[in-house]
Amino acid sequence: MSAKPATLALDVTEARRRRAEARWRYLKDTYVLWRRNRLMVLGTCIILSLILVAALAPLLATYNPYEQVLGDRLLPPSTQHFFGMDSLGRDIYSRVVYGARVTLTIAFLVAAISTPLGMLIGILAGYLGGMVDEVLMRVADVFLAFPRLILAIAFAAALGPGVENAIIAIAVAHWPSYARLARAETLNVRNNDYIQATRALGAGKVRIMAGYIAPMTLSSIIVRMSLDMGTIILTAAGLGFLGLGAQPPMPEWGLMVSDGRQFLVDQWWVSTLPGLAILVVVMGFNLLGDGIRDVLDPHQRQA
Amino acid sequence: MGRYLLRRLVTLSITLLGIMVMTFFISLVVPMDPLAALAGPQAPQETVERLRALYGFDQPIYVQFGRYANRLLHGDLGVSFQTSRPVFQDILKFFPATLELATVAIIVGVALGIPLGVLSAVYRNSLLDQFCRVLSLVGVSVPIFWLGLVLLLVFYFKLGWLPEPGRLDIMLLEPERITGVLLIDSVIAREWEVFFNALRHLIMPASALGLFALAGIARIVRSSMLDVLSQEYVKTARIKGLGEFLVITRHALRNALVPTVTVIGLTYGGLLEGSVLTETIFSWPGLGRYMANAFLTLDLNTIVGGTMLVALSYCLVNLLVDLLYAFLNPKITYTSS
Repeated sequence: MSAKPATLALDVTEARRRRAEARWRYLKDTYVLWRRNRLMVLGTCIILSLILVAALAPLLATYNPYEQVLGDRLLPPSTQHFFGMDSLGRDIYSRVVYGARVTLTIAFLVAAISTPLGMLIGILAGYLGGMVDEVLMRVADVFLAFPRLILAIAFAAALGPGVENAIIAIAVAHWPSYARLARAETLNVRNNDYIQATRALGAGKVRIMAGYIAPMTLSSIIVRMSLDMGTIILTAAGLGFLGLGAQPPMPEWGLMVSDGRQFLVDQWWVSTLPGLAILVVVMGFNLLGDGIRDVLDPHQRQA
Repeated sequence: MGRYLLRRLVTLSITLLGIMVMTFFISLVVPMDPLAALAGPQAPQETVERLRALYGFDQPIYVQFGRYANRLLHGDLGVSFQTSRPVFQDILKFFPATLELATVAIIVGVALGIPLGVLSAVYRNSLLDQFCRVLSLVGVSVPIFWLGLVLLLVFYFKLGWLPEPGRLDIMLLEPERITGVLLIDSVIAREWEVFFNALRHLIMPASALGLFALAGIARIVRSSMLDVLSQEYVKTARIKGLGEFLVITRHALRNALVPTVTVIGLTYGGLLEGSVLTETIFSWPGLGRYMANAFLTLDLNTIVGGTMLVALSYCLVNLLVDLLYAFLNPKITYTSS
C-alpha cells in the first residue's frame, strides 16, 4: 500500500508474468486435486490404456481379428488364445483389442458431432433470444421428450443398421442436453460488462458469440460430455447387441456379446469377456467424468 | 399452481405435436422399402403397389402427414406388420408385462437404494460407504444385456437356482387376464403356485434392472444426505438431545428425499428404455421386446406408435415428478412472478 504513483499502471511485462504465474498455479492445483482423487487416477489410467491399446492394436493383437480358423472354433482360453476362440474360429483377445478402436472412434465422433451442434444451437438461442430462442428450445424439448436410448434405436433402425448410422443416431439423441446447457451458460454471461464492452467497441453478433461467449460455455460442456461418455458407449454397445449398430464382421464389443449368446452354456468366454471390456471402459469414463467435474468445481478448489 | 399446471399442459401439447412430427420424420427417412420387405423378395410389383395403397404410402407427403395426424388424434396407431393386429391393441397386450418388471425393479431399487445411501452418508468413508460407491459405479457402468447374460449363466445354467427366461414355467397356465400383471392376476384367482412361480421368474430380470435403479438412487440419497447432515438444523436437533436415529430419519432424511423423488421418477422412466435390452435377454413378453422386434423388422407402424407412446408416458412421468416435487418442498412454488 506504499504510495508509488509511478507504477500505477502495471507495466506489461509484470502483467504477463503474473498471468503466467496464475496459470501455472492453476495447473499445479489441478494436478494436486487429481492426485488426491484416487478414483480419478484410476479412471485416467483406464482411459489412457484404452487409447494406448487402440493405438497399438496391431502390436498387441496376437492374431488377425478377422482371420477364421474353423478347425479351432470355440476353443477355451489358453496361453495361445488368451480369451479363447469365437464361433467362426477368430481369436477373441485380438478382436477385443481391435474393438478398442471401434469404441473410441464411436465415442469420439458422437462427441465431435453432438457438442458443437448443441453449443451452436444453445448459444444462438441464448444470445439472440426471442422467437429464435423459443423455437430452438421447443425443438430441443421434443428431442428430450424421448428416452435417449429409444430415440437412438428408432433413428438407427430408420437409417438402417451400420456403425455410421449408429453414430448419427446417438449424436441426434445427445445434442439437446448440450444445447440446454450452452443456453443457460450464455444467459449467464450475455449481459456481463466485458460483453457490453466488446459490443461497444463494435464487435458483431457472430464475433461475440464465437469469440467471447463460446469459450465461456466450454468448461461446463466438457464436464457434461465427460459424464456422458459412458452412456454413449453403453448405447453404442446396446445398438450393436440388438443388431442395429455395428455389423459383422466388425469387432465391436456389443456385437461380440450378442454373437456369443447361443454358446453361453458351454462356451461362456465368447460373450462374457467382450462384455467385461465394455464394463471396464465405461467405468473408466465414469470415474474420469466424476473427477473432472470435481476438479473444475470452484468450491473444491478453495478447499 | 393452477396456472403453472396450465402452462405445463400447453407446452406438453406443443411437445406432443413435435413428437408427432418427429416420429413421422423417422418413418420418412427409412431408406429401405418396408413394404417390399413385408411382401417378400418374390412378390410381384403389383402386390407391393397394392400394399402401398393399403397402407396409404402412395399419397404425397403432406397428405400422409395429415392422415397420420388425424389417425393419431383418434387413437389409431395403425396395424402392425409383424402381428397384423392394431398396434394399440398390441401395446395394451404387452405393456402390463413391462410395467410389472419395471415396477418390481424400482421397488428393489428404492428398498435397497435408500437405506444403502443413508448408511453410506452416515458412516462416511467406512467400508460400507466404499461398497455402496463401488456398487453405484458398477450399476451405472454395466451393460445391462451383459449383466443379464451373466446372471442367466450363473443362476440358471450353472447353479440351476432360478427358472428359465420367460414369465412362467411352460407347464403353468396364465391366470385369467384381468390386469395383465401376473402377480396381481394370480392373487385374484388365488393361484398361489402361479404367483410364486411368476415371482421366481421375475428375480433375474428385476435384479438386472434393479441394480441400475439402485445405483442412481443410492448415489443421490448419499449426496443429499451429506448435504443435509452438515446443516445447522440437524445440529440443533442433536443439541436438544434427540436420539441419532430420530435425527437421521425424521429430520435429515425427509429433506434429503426431495431431490431423491426426482431421481426415482426419472429412473422409472429410464427403466422403460432398459427394458428393451433386458426383455430381449430374458424372453420377457413385454413392450421392450415387442419394440426391439419391430425395430429389427422395420415394422414402421409399431416403431412410430410405440416410440410415440413411450415418449408420451415419459413426458407424463416428468410432469408428475415436477408436481410431486412442489408438493414435497414447500419452498418451491410454481407461480409466475
